[in-house]
This record gives sequence, structure tokens and C-alpha cells, in this order.
Amino acid sequence: MVDGFLVPLLKIVIVLNATLVGVTYMVLLERKVIAWAQSRLGPMRVGPYGILQPVADAVKLMIKEDITPVRADKWVFTAAPIIAMVPALIVYAVIPFGPEVSLFGRQVTLYITDINVGLLYIVSVASVGVYGIILAGYASNSKFPLLASLRASAQLISYEVAVTLTLVSVILVAGSLSMVSIVRAQESMGVWFAFIQPIAFVLFFIGGLAETNRAPFDLPEAEQELTGGFHTEYSGMRFALFFLAEYANMIVVSSVATTLFLGGYLAPFPNVDALNFLDIVPGWIWFLLKTFLFLYVFLWVRATLPRYRYDQLMRLGWKVLIPVAIANVIVTGIVKVLL
Amino acid sequence: MGEAIAFYVISALILGFAVLVVSTRSTVHAVLFLVLNFLAVAALYVLLTAQFLAVIQVLVYAGGIVVLYLFVVMLVNLKRPPEDHSAPQRRGWLGFALSGVVLAQLAAILVWGGVGAATDSSAAQSSDLALNNVERIGMLLYADYLIPFEVASMLLLVAMVGAIILAKREL
Amino acid sequence: MITPTHYMLLSAALFIIGVAGVMMRRNIIVIFMSIELILNAVNINLVAFSYQLQNGIGQVFAIFVIAVAAAEAAVGLGIILAFYRNKETINIDEMNLMRW
Repeated sequence: MVDGFLVPLLKIVIVLNATLVGVTYMVLLERKVIAWAQSRLGPMRVGPYGILQPVADAVKLMIKEDITPVRADKWVFTAAPIIAMVPALIVYAVIPFGPEVSLFGRQVTLYITDINVGLLYIVSVASVGVYGIILAGYASNSKFPLLASLRASAQLISYEVAVTLTLVSVILVAGSLSMVSIVRAQESMGVWFAFIQPIAFVLFFIGGLAETNRAPFDLPEAEQELTGGFHTEYSGMRFALFFLAEYANMIVVSSVATTLFLGGYLAPFPNVDALNFLDIVPGWIWFLLKTFLFLYVFLWVRATLPRYRYDQLMRLGWKVLIPVAIANVIVTGIVKVLL
Repeated sequence: MGEAIAFYVISALILGFAVLVVSTRSTVHAVLFLVLNFLAVAALYVLLTAQFLAVIQVLVYAGGIVVLYLFVVMLVNLKRPPEDHSAPQRRGWLGFALSGVVLAQLAAILVWGGVGAATDSSAAQSSDLALNNVERIGMLLYADYLIPFEVASMLLLVAMVGAIILAKREL
Repeated sequence: MITPTHYMLLSAALFIIGVAGVMMRRNIIVIFMSIELILNAVNINLVAFSYQLQNGIGQVFAIFVIAVAAAEAAVGLGIILAFYRNKETINIDEMNLMRW
């Protein structure tokens, strides 16, 4: 009873709460990092060094008036932010945060579950997440959001192909679809997959930028284009849900990249015995550090690079990323057969 | 016991959403009910320990094909529902009645007609299909059924080229 | 407890719902979606027998059915778009350009 039901429930509660708190503080982190890149300080008024800014943002969004456009499809209008948010949260069911530890006298695995198709589950959940954007544009019953949502979803499904192909080469090296097995494969090989599959690593990062509508691929939601994109007609808490869904997607992409390419909860250089003192640090701290590194690079890229135009974006996805990903899969397959 | 409850709940969802797909006035709502139907079918596959197929169902069907339908529905979004100019002599109840009769016949055949798997099934695989689902399917696809696999990929390539040519504005 | 007959009944019911949709609706996109329901019914049958006989060929066949359904949906929707551009309708009663 306890092991079958209570322990997973507790893990789910902890992971969800940590994710939601992390997502709200990502908002503050983004403003701070972009501010520092621009030689200014960012939010400093609310709380010491602006720490309480997300609380102020949340209160503001919650007390805003909730406007539904006239003749908008009411059910779909309400459901679209939820459909955008839920896939970002349920991916955490398969991500391993750490190795097995013994807590309170029982062996507790630091992941919620380990299914034998874990990586495909993540990809399929991400492909269902496209619906939130399409439905938001449709339900707003207004031209600009509809066009913007069609563009955004076309971008998402194009880069989904490239990302899935890079994941195929990782699966080839690891030999399994289960996320825990991929981390253990990195542990047994003694080297992170980022060094065995550098091209896949770079492609996954670029595809992840495009999948989460982050700069430089954030044309669908830029304010200068199409008056704000697919969430133009959303206000108050629903807009907050879209916003948070985007940050949650960012954290998800970072977590998945950490697990697949940076060794998950492993310490750096697990094959070098001289660095065994790094094992004092628990696995989940390494996981958090690596995820945070990825998130920082996401924000850094946003502060630095200009935006891609839509046709340049689609050209990059279809004509550059997909052929390179396919070539990577072929080369990985050949090398794996020869070795 | 738990399997029975799961089966009945998932079947109710599948059939309920399917009826909603064919009977809703608004096309967008029909597409959304189709997505929910496919997700329920994926849940049924998990119940049948076909985990790989369940994830493929969500990835390809719910996350690919239905997105395509949704795109086309939005590009073709008409103001008046198309059924408004059906022929007035069309009788909907006749269709329901005929469908009900055929369903009753099928149900009678299935329950009392002794339909089932032949007991001398040919060459059952090693029985770890549920545990090592991905490995078993992979071995079958790439070893025993490689030619259908290659033909299917050629089919998809031809369909992709064909769809692009058909939907282009100017050749 | 849940015999394959249960799954076959579910598959038959889903099949009949799909056929009813193809016969009775005039919106061609809904007709295509009913065809997808029919294909799903067939898949359920295949996977149920794969589970009973513990033979993976049922699931492999279901994967091929999904691949063919994807190809058919892409081409069918391309045809719908091309027709819509010419005649501005998606009611199949009005798709009668080849009638005498």
C-alpha cells in the first residue's frame, strides 16, 4: 500500500511543486539575466534584489479581469491553455533525478516511474502539446491569432521531426528507450553522450530552442509580429498559463537534454577515478546544476541573438537540421556495426 | 478485477468519443473528440501490454495525423455548416437503424458463433512480448518483415510527395 | 476475465460507428475522420489477438496500418484542399463535377 501508492504520490507532489516554483522563478531569472546582459540590473524593487517579483507578478495576473472574446468557442478557449500546460508537466514522470537512495529505511528510486518506452513517451507528449497553440489561435475567433497559431504550430511540427531524428541516434548508442537505462548506459560507458554524439547534442539544443518558441525562433509570439501571436486575446490567469507553459517546456527540454547528453545524475567524468571525490555531491544536485546550465544558455541565447524570419526558420528546420540529423543517424549506425 | 474496470472505462470512453465524432455539428469539435478517442485507444493498447504501439499511436495518430486534420479544418473554415444544404429527403434514422442491425448481427456472430483464435497458432514468439515489447517488435520489423517495412517507407515517401504536389498553389 | 471476445465486440462497435459516420455525414472531413475510426477498430482487433496469442506480428501489422493511414490522410487532405480551392465547398453532395 505504502510502496505502491503513497510513495509515487509523494514523488509526484514533490516534483510538481518543484516544477511550478521553478517555473515562476524562471520568469524572474530571465528578466535578471537579460538585464545583466544589457548592463542593467533588472527587477530590484520588490523584495531584496527583486526576489519577490514573481509573487507580485502572480498576484497581478490573478486579479486581472478575465476577458473572453465575443463568439469565441468557450470550451476550447478555456481548454487551450490547459492543453498547453499539461504536457510540459507530465513529462516529469519518466525523468530520473538521481540513483536509488535509501530514505527512512526503504530503497527509494529518485524517479516517478521507469517505463520501457520512456523517450518515445516524452516525444509523443511533446507532439500533443502542439494542440494548445493551434486551439488557442482558433478559439480566439480573430484573424491575427489564427494566422499566428498556424505559423507557430507549423514551426513546432517541423522541428519535432529534427528533434526526434537526433533522439534516434542517442537511442542507437544507448540501446534502450528507457530513460534510466540511458543514464546507466552513460555510467557504464563512462562518458557522457555529449562527447560521443556532439552533432546530436547541438541539433537537439537548436531543435529545443525552436520547440519551445524561444529566441531566436520566437517569431510566433513576438509582439512586433502579428500583434502578439496566438495568445493575443488571452488575459489574466489564462495568459499566465501560456506563459508558464512556455517556461515549463524550457525546463523540460533542459531536463531531457541533461538526461540524454550530460549524464543525468552522474558526476562529471565518471570514468576518471581521480575525480571520485565528486561523488560526495548527491546525484540530484548534479542534475539540477546541469539543468540550470542549460536554462542559463537558453536565456543567454535570447539576450544575444536576433530573431529568425519565418521563411529562414522553416528553411533551417527542413533543409539543414533534418538532413544533418539523418546523416548523423546513418553514421552512428555504421560506426555501431563496425565497432 | 482491475483490468475489467479499466477495460470497461476505456471502452466507454472510446465509444463515447467516437459517437461524438460522427455526430457533432462543428468540425473542430469533431476533430478534438477524435484526438480524445485516439488517446483512449492508446490507453487500451497499454492495457494490452503493447506499450510501443501505444506510444506510436499517440505520436503518429494523435500528434501527427489529427494535427493535419486540424490544419485543413482551419484553412477551410466555412461560416455555415455544410449539412445545411443536404437533400431534404435524406433520412437519418434509417442509417441509425441499419447500423444498429448490422452491429447486432456482428455481436451475435462474435458471442455465439465461436469466433476466436485458432488453437494451433503458428510459431508463437518467446513469451516476453509484454516485458521486452520494443525489442521483440524491433526484431520482427527488421528481421522477419523487412520488405513490408521498406515498402511502407516507400509508400510514405510517395504520399509525402503527392500531398505536396496536390496542395501547392501553383506548380 | 476480459476475453478477446470483449475486444472484438468493442472493435465491431467502433467499426459500425465509423461506417455510420461515412454513410450519414456530408462533410468530407468528418467522413475521412470516420475512416480513421474504422482503421482504429481494425487495429484494436489486431492488438487484442496479439495479446492473446503472445505473438508480436499483430502489433507489427497494426504499425503498418498506422503508417498506411498516415499516408492516406496526407493525400486525402491534399485532395480536399485542391478541391476546395476550385469549388469552395466541402459538402460531398456538391462534389459532382464528373457527373453527366
